[in-house]
Amino acid sequence: MLRLVRGFEELALGLVRSGEITGGIHPYIGQEAVAVGVCAALRPQDRITSTHRGHGHVLAKGADPARLLAELLGRTGGLNRGRGGSMHAADFSLGILGANGMVGAGGAIAVGAAWSARQAGEDRVAVAFFGDGALNQGVLLESLNLAAMWRLPVLFVCENNGYATTLPAATAVAGSATGRAAAFGIPAAEVDGMDTEAVRSAAAAAVERAAAGGGPGFLECRTYRFEGHHTMERLMKLHYRTPEEVADWRALDPLPRAAALLPPGLAAELDASVEQQLGAAREFALASEHPSPERALEHLYADGLRPRAGHRG
Amino acid sequence: MRLSYTKALNRALTDALAADPAVCVFGEDIGAGMAGPTLNLLDRFGPGRIVDTPLSEQAFTSMAIGAALTGRRPVIEFQIPSLLFLVFEQLVNQAHKFSLMTGGQAAVPLTCLVPGSGSRDGWAGQHSDHPYGLFAHAGVKTVVPATPTDAYGLLRSAIADPDPVVVFAPAAALPVRETVTWELAPIPLGSARIHRAGTDVTVVAVGHLVHDALAVAEELAPELSVEVFDPRTLYPFDWAALAASLERTGRLVVIDDSNRSCGIGAEVLATAAEEMRLVAPPRRITRPDGAVLPFAPALDRAVQPHRDQLRAALRAFGPLRPPHGEDPAR
Repeated sequence: MLRLVRGFEELALGLVRSGEITGGIHPYIGQEAVAVGVCAALRPQDRITSTHRGHGHVLAKGADPARLLAELLGRTGGLNRGRGGSMHAADFSLGILGANGMVGAGGAIAVGAAWSARQAGEDRVAVAFFGDGALNQGVLLESLNLAAMWRLPVLFVCENNGYATTLPAATAVAGSATGRAAAFGIPAAEVDGMDTEAVRSAAAAAVERAAAGGGPGFLECRTYRFEGHHTMERLMKLHYRTPEEVADWRALDPLPRAAALLPPGLAAELDASVEQQLGAAREFALASEHPSPERALEHLYADGLRPRAGHRG
Repeated sequence: MRLSYTKALNRALTDALAADPAVCVFGEDIGAGMAGPTLNLLDRFGPGRIVDTPLSEQAFTSMAIGAALTGRRPVIEFQIPSLLFLVFEQLVNQAHKFSLMTGGQAAVPLTCLVPGSGSRDGWAGQHSDHPYGLFAHAGVKTVVPATPTDAYGLLRSAIADPDPVVVFAPAAALPVRETVTWELAPIPLGSARIHRAGTDVTVVAVGHLVHDALAVAEELAPELSVEVFDPRTLYPFDWAALAASLERTGRLVVIDDSNRSCGIGAEVLATAAEEMRLVAPPRRITRPDGAVLPFAPALDRAVQPHRDQLRAALRAFGPLRPPHGEDPAR
């Protein structure tokens, strides 16, 4: 799965550069251990909310890479029929309640999903992925309080990649992420977010506890994005991170670390199978139809209401 | 049966909760039933469905969205209309957009109820807004019932609807009582109601102003025949019914208790001017541009639309009826 997420992002980066993906993406490269580790600890019935940097979470929860890629390309074969794009990719059939373009928005939505599951008497845990930037969104802090007060089965996963776009977390977050969770009485752990197995194991413990009625958990996964905040950044020559810092974190790349744990030969086998899968995904996505402009208002209302057009005749 | 507006909202919530186990209610002080519509719900349906929330509007609104996305049918009560400003992100940028952004995978059957929108004497600047136009502009289904039976019927339909709906219960309509001799029933969203038929002028009145429009229409009956048109749902608006009314009258006045620029009054006038039969320039009576309701009672009333303004607007169409006894052919 690590290889799939990395390969998917590399493929998508290529399609951004060639102009086939409009608007660019927020690449997940470098942070794969978090999405893959957490989702490996989830059961099929569990749910997630994701972020603007969401491809890793969506794939790790089981979405079809071909349909995710078609979504990035704005095609009708996409997960969201080309209506959502990179920042809103969702697959409700797999409990993926959507990537979300607003920082911190997914936290309280996950709390609602957790409340809903409990109210319906279902055994489901909800996971909210968010970045260090979201730690300063009031709604996220409010949602920690609600989850703790009501002992809801939700796991908060803070992917601390060190920067809210360009602003270092060190200059933005007073106290600490885990300290904030602990202040609400939520058990919180700091995890090496470059180590897939460490993330999986910490997430598994929190999910088990939440599912057993033990209330919410909080993980701060220390990680790093190897690419820019957004693909546009490549053109902008920004200097908020030093090349040395990027190189230091690249040395912690989660992929070789995970590959080293595999039996000899298996990594190469997995690489080959992923390459084949992504080749097929690319073919599917590029062959998928573009939606026709007269269907631009379709799906705006769940009851099928068609609003007035913006012009007459 | 004598039915009050607040009791009608309470009945609608009770009946919806009883009819569908997915319906639940979130809000502040709803366990105690402080605003009225949720009175006794906690006793009957329990804390699993009637959820008294801390003062965290953004989180509990997002939570309700999460619940709506996963099979629940939440209602949120906001005791103060300006709390809607706090959750504009949640309602407009999240709830409203999920259906389109997910390509139709997701629906957000969420109802927001504001029992006491607009001015309540003495509540001043931050508790007296009437922001229905913002939601109509954003494309969130928006309902402003004028009477108890409409409040019951429209709230039931809002809860049953698969999309987010905001229901504004104007504070000035809460004292209205109605004698009901029939079974209360849902009323479809998007259907207007003609409260009084007329042939000279159509008055589109929003919410509590329906009652003012009816009083003025009665009073001016010797001079002109006024049709009182209550849109009931501001979005989607019942344009077909308005077109039919203007076919009869050809003259239009809108009375709307919200700010003038980009208000629902502006939309009604624009649409009528573009698409419908008008024999005279249409008029609108609204709050002023950018209105903030001042505290002093006389100032508060001065910025709200009132009957004198409606009378003047109607009379400005000129004498439309001959004095009593005179032969109109002469």
